[in-house]
Amino acid sequence: MKIEELTIEEIQKAYQEKRFTVTEIVQGYLDRINKLDPQIGAFITLCKESALKEAEAIDKKLANGEDIGMLGGIPVAIKDNICTRGIKTTCASKILEDFIPPYDATVVQRLKDAGAIIIGKTNMDEFAMGSSTENSAFQKTKNPWHLDKVPGGSSGGSAAAVAAGFAPLTIGSDTGGSIRQPAAFCGAVGLKPTYGLVSRYGLVAFASSLDQVGPFTRTVKDCAISLQTIQGHDPLDTTSIQREPEKDYISDLHKGVKGLRIGIPKECFKEGLDPEIRSAIEKAVRQLEEDGAVVEEFSLPIMDSGLSAYYIISSAEASANLARYDGVRYGYRAENFTGIEELMENTRTEGFGKEVKRRIMLGTYVLSSGYYDAYYKKAMMLRQKIQKVMKQAFEAYDIILTPTSPVLPFSIGEKTADPMEMYLADIYTVNINIAGVPAISIPCGFSKEKLPIGLQLIGDHYTEKKLLQAAYSLEQGLGVYHETAFLKEAE
Amino acid sequence: MFETIIGLEIHVELKTKSKIFCGCSTGFGAPPNENTCPICTGLPGTLPVLNEEVVNLAMRAGSALNCQINHVNKFDRKNYFYPDLPKAYQISQFDLPICEKGFVDIKLDDREKRVGITRIHLEEDAGKLIHLEDAPVTLIDYNRTGIPLIEIVTEPDMRSAEEAVTFLKELRAMLEYVEVSDCKMEQGSMRCDANISIRPLGQQALNTKVEIKNMNSFKEILKAIQKEEKRQRELYTFGEAYKIKQETRKWDSAKGKTVPMRSKEDAHDYRYFPEPDLLPVFIQEEDIVKVKESLPELPTQKKTRFAETYGLSEKEIDILTGRKMLADYFEAVIAEGVPPKEASNWILVEILRLLKDEEGDEIPIKAVHLGDLIKMIEAGKISRTAGKEVFEALAITHKSPTEIVEEKGLAQISGTDELESAVKEILDYNQQAIDDFKNGKSQAVGFLMGQIMKATKGKANPKTAKEILEKMLVNLYVKSNM
Repeated sequence: MKIEELTIEEIQKAYQEKRFTVTEIVQGYLDRINKLDPQIGAFITLCKESALKEAEAIDKKLANGEDIGMLGGIPVAIKDNICTRGIKTTCASKILEDFIPPYDATVVQRLKDAGAIIIGKTNMDEFAMGSSTENSAFQKTKNPWHLDKVPGGSSGGSAAAVAAGFAPLTIGSDTGGSIRQPAAFCGAVGLKPTYGLVSRYGLVAFASSLDQVGPFTRTVKDCAISLQTIQGHDPLDTTSIQREPEKDYISDLHKGVKGLRIGIPKECFKEGLDPEIRSAIEKAVRQLEEDGAVVEEFSLPIMDSGLSAYYIISSAEASANLARYDGVRYGYRAENFTGIEELMENTRTEGFGKEVKRRIMLGTYVLSSGYYDAYYKKAMMLRQKIQKVMKQAFEAYDIILTPTSPVLPFSIGEKTADPMEMYLADIYTVNINIAGVPAISIPCGFSKEKLPIGLQLIGDHYTEKKLLQAAYSLEQGLGVYHETAFLKEAE
Repeated sequence: MFETIIGLEIHVELKTKSKIFCGCSTGFGAPPNENTCPICTGLPGTLPVLNEEVVNLAMRAGSALNCQINHVNKFDRKNYFYPDLPKAYQISQFDLPICEKGFVDIKLDDREKRVGITRIHLEEDAGKLIHLEDAPVTLIDYNRTGIPLIEIVTEPDMRSAEEAVTFLKELRAMLEYVEVSDCKMEQGSMRCDANISIRPLGQQALNTKVEIKNMNSFKEILKAIQKEEKRQRELYTFGEAYKIKQETRKWDSAKGKTVPMRSKEDAHDYRYFPEPDLLPVFIQEEDIVKVKESLPELPTQKKTRFAETYGLSEKEIDILTGRKMLADYFEAVIAEGVPPKEASNWILVEILRLLKDEEGDEIPIKAVHLGDLIKMIEAGKISRTAGKEVFEALAITHKSPTEIVEEKGLAQISGTDELESAVKEILDYNQQAIDDFKNGKSQAVGFLMGQIMKATKGKANPKTAKEILEKMLVNLYVKSNM
């Protein structure tokens, strides 16, 4: 059995049948990472020793017949903007290069409580700002399917790690598509849950009203298992779900899509959509129809306008969220300065990358007196409108289906010169964050060049169960998930 | 003729056990950075969670100040860079504060006046910078970061420094009464900025205002406003009104004047926007009613009751009810069975002397001890002079008056037997004085009394001793004439 092809489900089964020890599995992944990550660059930090130590402890539990938890012995890699106690959390930024949080994010705590083993921290666009993981201050991550291509972003390291078989589960964050777009680019399953379903405590904030944590997995079922572990109310996050969430996403996964009303926004199939993606989506739609879903085209006019609202709101919030990195208390501090103002200025000038500075300036501008009404206030009104239009759409449809990205994984360096073109990569994903609803990206095929194509299913608030059911049905019907990127050791 | 227009902004620390958005203690005087955690120091990834007690206290304050309490209010981020502000934004309330449109009635020189309250909003406090004198180093103490504050903004309704201070004293009394804050100015739990402008009498429009900061006591506030008022009046009078700019000036108490701090041009653009990490605060009507019903007696009500119950002068009542601490103390002393007038005298003279003035915050003598002391004097167990001595001792020990009287041997000899033998002894040795008395020299009594007091080291109850002496002398006189 090839370790890179294992799913969470299969590993769990192997543990129960005592075919592998946890130590063997963890060591197996670590070996593979050591061997192959130099050409992928998915990891910023590896937690070799602690991972093996935890593996040993779980092996003991297994030997004693004790319960090892929902994700017992499952290696997991965490995006480097999610705080891990005692483990460097850099946000792929020079300004937090040596930052070691004294606490775990709630999602990390829940993973640990469920027995998962943290094997490392993954690369990303600096502070999650970007769609290609090229904005990392440390390294560029390559797409395991094609090493000249980007893995998408901002959670490119987490997506690439799953695609490269470095871990069966990784955690990312999604503010405007940062889980779904890299999942699509890397052929992984990526879920952005409903805003509030997963605690944001310990996720280093980019845009607080849009940020959400979610899993990358090889299969929809693994996604369901993971979501069950990390979801739920958190007293440390006021914006987290107040009531008890759905407890079981797994039992009904196989129930199919018969009678399910699926809407397809016309606006997503206009010019700008890659023809190969279009045909892959069309094939998936036929599959759904064959399985009994009622698929219908409709008009969702906000699909286009969401992008500008997104960049105004997210940048405004980011300008405040990132103001705390001033070199006074922790993180990078400029060496040369006279007085406190220069300390802050030089620290921020030297510590932040170009894209981050661009967004801070944009955000500061749209909140400034005299411009607030024209930009921020208008964007907030647009946000309300988008929420309303989405709500109406969900009165007619159970699920909305779109491509995850209008383009195939692009080449490294291809879009770095023009930020606007890069921003367009998020055109299908940002509205979902603005509306706060859940969406999942699953692989639905490959281009001629063997580049993965992703499909996005969007549900109404807290309808993850239905969403996962539809995704599972489609995944099983299409069978794409069986394929794994082939990597060989660099000479 | 000009009039001065004054509006105030008062920051008041709310009396909660823990901070506004985390579980850290709000205790004063802890070692630097002891009361901090990842949340109040704004570490990456942390989130605020609202302490509900804060909402409760703000509602109490608003209710006492006759405000409308907003059923929906929300938090906003106020953005600015400063090392004492760890997130580089302060969580505050901008366009939807918790309370609005209230008033406070004050009385000054028999004139009654209503001062409007524009709004009360919630916010978090910042840390404290400590600039070292002998090194080019600034240290930061984040203990105060995240301590809950309310900011009370008044209408520009005050017309003199005295009115402003009277208002502030009334406000402090009210906030102390409803137990919203300790209002300790020297610890910074109550801080006040003043906006001052002047205009010709009869003019409707307001002229350019100047904001004064850094006033740390009522006395300084009085002085600072008077100084600023004078500065502006002079500029107007001598045709240099254009020099009055919209600016913030700092009160320099050492120099006794206000000095420029920043002008409107370098005023911050705070770029307020709604705080996405917190949900809006929803307040039910029934909770507002509950808060109103739970309010204790307020200063005006207490004044009326004191006047009706204790028969004290208005001036006495004003001082006693001006601080909740004094009013409570007064009533606790009375509860020991002391006449109100006596209790009031002791508090207004002796206790206030200990506190320096009514701005002090801690009465060093237990009410029950002062009560006992006054009772001992009233009962003649000790002299009034000895009472003063016991009082001073009470201020520095935890012993009871009885213990102190015993230790210092201050008890008066009031027992008839004991006094009789003492008087007899004196008479035995002072035949001359007895003769003088017989010869009608009444000074002899004074001389003998002096001898008795001397022999008893001043402890003889003078009244009883004199009665005994006079009785004995009369007896001797009668005997010798038989």
